[in-house]
Amino acid sequence: MTKTMFEPSITSRPVYGVLSPGVGSAHLFVADGEGADAVCDLFAKAEAAEMKAASHIIYMPGANGCDKTADLQALGVAQFYRAPSFASAQSRLAKVLADAHMGLQIYAAGTEGLMAQVAALAQAAGLPYEAVQMEHRGSLARRVQCVHCKGVTENVRLDPFHCSHCGLSLFVRDHFSRRLAAFQGVNIDAEDPGQVPASVERFK
Amino acid sequence: MSLDFNVETFRGDYTFKNSAKAIKRFPFPFPEDSYMYSVNMEPHVPGAVGSVFEHLFDVDEHYVAEMRDRAQVLAEDPLRCQTLPHMELAGWDLLELIMESKARDYPQWFELHKDGDNWHWINKPLQIEQKFTFMDASTLPYGPMEYITRQTQGDFTLQDQRDDDLWIEAGMVTTQADWSLDFDIGMSFKQWHAPVPLAHQMNIFDRALKFLLKLQHGAPVRRFNWTMTVDALLDTSPENYPKWGPSKTTMTPETIGHRQHLRVELQTLHRLPRSNAIVFPIRCYLIRFEELVTVPKWARRLHRVVRDIPDELATYKGFLRNKPLMLDYLAQFDDGQPTSPGFGAD
Amino acid sequence: MSVGAPKIPVVVAEVVEVNALIKRFRFQRRDGAAMPVFSGGSHVVVEMDDHGTRRMNPYSLMSHPADTLGYEISVRRDEVGRGGSLYMHTHVRPGMEMVLSQPVNLFPLDARAKKHLMIAGGIGITPFLAQMAQVEAMGGRFELHYSVRSPALGAYVEHLQEQYGSRVHVYYDELKQQIDLKTLLKSQPLGTHIYVCGPKGMIAWVKATAAAMGWPALAVHSEEFLAPPVGLAFEVQLAASGKSFTVQPNQSLLEAIEAAGVEAPYLCRGGACGQCETDVLRCDGHIEHNDHWLTDAQKASHTKIMPCVSRFRGAALILDR
Ligand code: HEM
Ligand code: FES
Repeated sequence: MTKTMFEPSITSRPVYGVLSPGVGSAHLFVADGEGADAVCDLFAKAEAAEMKAASHIIYMPGANGCDKTADLQALGVAQFYRAPSFASAQSRLAKVLADAHMGLQIYAAGTEGLMAQVAALAQAAGLPYEAVQMEHRGSLARRVQCVHCKGVTENVRLDPFHCSHCGLSLFVRDHFSRRLAAFQGVNIDAEDPGQVPASVERFK
Repeated sequence: MSLDFNVETFRGDYTFKNSAKAIKRFPFPFPEDSYMYSVNMEPHVPGAVGSVFEHLFDVDEHYVAEMRDRAQVLAEDPLRCQTLPHMELAGWDLLELIMESKARDYPQWFELHKDGDNWHWINKPLQIEQKFTFMDASTLPYGPMEYITRQTQGDFTLQDQRDDDLWIEAGMVTTQADWSLDFDIGMSFKQWHAPVPLAHQMNIFDRALKFLLKLQHGAPVRRFNWTMTVDALLDTSPENYPKWGPSKTTMTPETIGHRQHLRVELQTLHRLPRSNAIVFPIRCYLIRFEELVTVPKWARRLHRVVRDIPDELATYKGFLRNKPLMLDYLAQFDDGQPTSPGFGAD
Repeated sequence: MSVGAPKIPVVVAEVVEVNALIKRFRFQRRDGAAMPVFSGGSHVVVEMDDHGTRRMNPYSLMSHPADTLGYEISVRRDEVGRGGSLYMHTHVRPGMEMVLSQPVNLFPLDARAKKHLMIAGGIGITPFLAQMAQVEAMGGRFELHYSVRSPALGAYVEHLQEQYGSRVHVYYDELKQQIDLKTLLKSQPLGTHIYVCGPKGMIAWVKATAAAMGWPALAVHSEEFLAPPVGLAFEVQLAASGKSFTVQPNQSLLEAIEAAGVEAPYLCRGGACGQCETDVLRCDGHIEHNDHWLTDAQKASHTKIMPCVSRFRGAALILDR
């Protein structure tokens, strides 16, 4: 699997790297969908062998149905947990962070929305944003906040799309908030109500 | 009091207007006949008596009405004022800066009496009197930043400084030119400026940031920004875009002089002493086209600026669609005569 | 026109010999007005007129940040340095008039930290004195590990222990006591930030140890003093207006041009806006480019100068102005 290629974007949009084994006392991985491949690639490296005893992987299948639980289970790390969704894993994640000490390494892999939410939680726990390693794999569907009603719509593929909360037609900007872990959606027919161009599948 | 401050609205029937005196002191932002982004920062030193630069914080005839408008915006959407937890100290710095400046510069309207940490603040135009303990938020009805910015014209953002960057981590934003505090809060200097066209490639943000990281207490700086607004709406927020967006489509050659406003932001930057944060007051001044053209130099110059502005900027500032209407209107006042350099009227 | 931050004219109110190596100085404003409050970790630049040599040394403020009656610094006698500390030790007496810069903070606390872990070596204790007072007043969590040569040289140890009790840990080199850094760094809660101020070797040791234990670099802070551009006098010639004059140590090139009655453009006066850019017609020497405007190539070519912040060292500088 190769790294995702991104189109050039604006300076608020994060750029992602490739996971590599970090030094530290403990290692926390959070991945969704194809993100499992990035975690497996990391553990395929020789230096990662000794990390296994101090590693904790939290995994959830992708919204597209991609489920690589078996691959991750086979790694044999100290703790593996499969969560049905990110929301359901959030309290577990919060507890792990609350109990953690400096020296913990955090890795996030998979969709942008997942990685951003992990980074936001880590930041709330007091770690610098840059301390979270991120690697994009899988879908480019976006997590988008409606600037009007503040509701977040997950897995947005179409542009424009209907806000899943207020129903307005939104176009998706590249402007990205790390705190909200979301792109911004803005009403496309605000000036000319009713004139909504046809949606295209921009984020696959 | 009624003599000092207008009774007017910035929504609904839009009774906002500038007096002759307000037009005369309007901060016209163009020093020359064309406009492009630049690192336009200069020391915020006191200017001529009567000008908007006379005092650190300008209080003008719109003060009371603007504060009423702000209260309405906040009642509808409290998220326009937010403070991340570590920014409360900067809020106290700001409260002190504003209270001390206003009490010193406008003693007829504001008083501040201090007995150690026991402070007594009197705001006559808004009929507010408050005794409180400095640095004890429980003695104020709101947090310190919200308390004082409900009584001060202009938007305010507070930037924490760390890791060689500035982070927008608190703000009171109800008179913004179409950007969302709720979305941008927590971002770094280049992140929150990401949507701006051309300026990144011109290295404007690199240079401005390096300059600001060294900004010193006691040496504030200022710059102008500007855009166009239909009707005297202070709250052109992205949140409410579906409400105000349609106003752009109903302008006609007959109504443009009255409805189209040049919107000027006098932005200042001040280092705050206790928190080492930077406060960024963004003071919005509105002027109708028909008010502006009473100054011949401004009319000529605005025509040329709008005529020659790159489409990227007109699009970003949201007035591309009405640019032809604007040019038709402004052209009547441009006889092709040269204009003198600098901001001032001839 | 000088528009930078106003300097603070002070009188030396008190000089205290803390121990054989360290003296403490207290400054008050000459006009009796209040000093600006400041943030813990700030320093001021003390201007000294050392028998004709102008010295500008930065010292951390150690007094309580809310104390607006006066500022305090501690100066360690340094026999080999540039001489500022020797001057402070041998010449500065109560009643003397001096000039301070506004406080500048290049060593700020990270206000988001869940805990502040402070590591001081010797005279490096001074910024922490102000920081601890500020964190304490705001109810923040901190711990100090302070390493000094001997009990006799342990400046402020008693005061600190009295004030902050078990949060202060002192280590004496002479008694073979050393900070057990590995153990210390292993047990810190997530969100802890490290601050280290002391000898270069100590800073490097703390940074390397933290990095090897997986601490993010952005959670480890060390004090850095930016030596203010040493304001040496230099000669300049203006070709267009036909003037030549000396730029004094305490003025910028732009100020000197203005003082000579020559109009020069400017806006920011801080090296960012580009307005004051001036062509260099001849440069026999070295331009100290302190601006953010010129590209590296332009700087290297010595054909442009930003007079608001940049200076010159050498035989001749001729500008197109
Ligand atoms: C530190 C305080 C500052 C804050 C909080 C701030 C905030 C902002 C925001 C929120 C925007 C709108 C971005 C969007 O479209 O979403 C903006 C636009 C802009 N800013 Fe800043 N800014 C600051 C300082 C500066 C400085 C010092 C400069 C330049 C010297 C600058 C130059 C600009 C420019 C050129 C634009 C585009 C404006 C337009 O065309 O309407 N800003 N700023
Ligand atoms: S005056 Fe702005 S760079 Fe010199």
